[in-house]
Amino acid sequence: MESLTQRAKPVDRRPMNWLEKIYLWEIFKGMSITLKHFFKKKVTIQYPEQTRPFSPVFRGLHILNRDEEGRERCTACGLCAVACPAEAITMEAAERLPGEEDLYREEKYAARYEINMLRCIFCGLCEEACPKDAIYLSETFAPANYSRKSFIYAKDDLLIPDPVTNPEEYAKAKGLIDKKKNLKS
Amino acid sequence: MTLLAFDWAFTVEKAILIAVIISISLVVAMYATYAERKVAGFIQDRRGPNRAGPFGLLQPLADGLKLFFKEEVIPTHSNKFLFILGPSLAMFTAMMTSAVIPWGGKVELGGRMVDLQVADINIGILYIFGVVSLGVYGMMIGGWASNNKFSLMAALRGASQAISYELAMGLSLIALLMLTGSLSLRTITDQQIQGNWWNIVYQPLGFLLFFICSLAECNRAPFDLPEAESELNMGYHQEYSSMKLGFFLFAEYINMFISCTVIATLFLGGYDMPFVDESQLSGVTALLVGLLALFGKTFLLIFIFMWVRWTLPRFRYDQLMNLGWKGLIPLALLNMVITGAVVLFTMK
Repeated sequence: MESLTQRAKPVDRRPMNWLEKIYLWEIFKGMSITLKHFFKKKVTIQYPEQTRPFSPVFRGLHILNRDEEGRERCTACGLCAVACPAEAITMEAAERLPGEEDLYREEKYAARYEINMLRCIFCGLCEEACPKDAIYLSETFAPANYSRKSFIYAKDDLLIPDPVTNPEEYAKAKGLIDKKKNLKS
Repeated sequence: MTLLAFDWAFTVEKAILIAVIISISLVVAMYATYAERKVAGFIQDRRGPNRAGPFGLLQPLADGLKLFFKEEVIPTHSNKFLFILGPSLAMFTAMMTSAVIPWGGKVELGGRMVDLQVADINIGILYIFGVVSLGVYGMMIGGWASNNKFSLMAALRGASQAISYELAMGLSLIALLMLTGSLSLRTITDQQIQGNWWNIVYQPLGFLLFFICSLAECNRAPFDLPEAESELNMGYHQEYSSMKLGFFLFAEYINMFISCTVIATLFLGGYDMPFVDESQLSGVTALLVGLLALFGKTFLLIFIFMWVRWTLPRFRYDQLMNLGWKGLIPLALLNMVITGAVVLFTMK
């Protein structure tokens, strides 16, 4: 019969010869193989101390972005929630009051913005839907936790650090976003 | 120091020696579990335990502690006395074998000749075989007292394996005994130190047979059918939990240590350091060199035991019996006949 692929290997069904029948030689061959593996480099990544590098397109936990002056970009338009196939995003809009111009970029902002990380499938459609560059998926993934409630991330958990008060952390988080942006353009 | 015509210093000396030997075998067995996991890891391109303490060195302590705190389950309708006797007997016989092994030469300490052997009896090897055979009782009693048919079948499996391989082991040893002309382990070691070569040179086939049979006697892979945790339902310690299970497993590691020491003594010159003339050294130095040599050989053999375990797949039961009865016993007989003929024609 003709084989379906070129990779098929016929099974060797010859009867064992004398050397194979007495096992010993074959056992020594096997033991030399295991000894080689004994001295091989180990492939283990020591997880909590070392982590595997992620690809720049990795889709992890969300970040809510701010502009250069530290104002939230989100205007609570709801497009991300509409785009979300898992219905993981809940938001409540509020109007910006006079005197809050340094907090929110537009006249409308999200008073409540929650993502249920247990529902989220990390597809990145929210990121694509956002007209204001306000939401991004980062390179971290949701850590383990004890309660379901702790997986509902509120605005405090999602917002990027403020560039005015905490420029260092902001630059770090921003770097990830920029890397992603460059990749897309 | 003689009271009631009894040499008390001798008693104290032996008691100390026994305590030291037993604690050494316990520690070695403990770290053999660690070494086993490390060797397994390295052979499978993993790292093995490395979290408890530096390099995972506290892992055996953690394991032991875990076993002690596990729930003690004694099945209903099982014979409670025998159920506890099983692991105790396994542990007891494992420890007893070390009594006749010469750990080092005689040395002068504080005006006394101290002998690093608990009992230099002239039938040392027979004693070892006797105690090892008793070890089967631990297995049988444990399996029987569990009141579980799978445990019982596993115990029978283990017992029949141990008995079949004991035969080949004894036969392979007879050839060696023809050469040495003595059953005392001390005499056999001394002959190897004084002679040019170790016994392995005169008895390569005997060594191989003895090694294979001790793998089977210690229930080590590829002959670990009594246990066979994946396909034959765990074996005779299925109903055991907590430290009683620990005792069974621990006894196996002690057995492995002791049988490696016995192989080293019988075939690899015991406490004879190669290329070193012990008679030139002073008493204590010679003793230390001897201990180093014996433990070095033993640990090397233990490593080979583990290396074999993580290389070979388990034998099927009929293959095991075939190898034992149709392979090893005829070979051992042949070895015996050839050795006998050579001894007859050359030595007299």
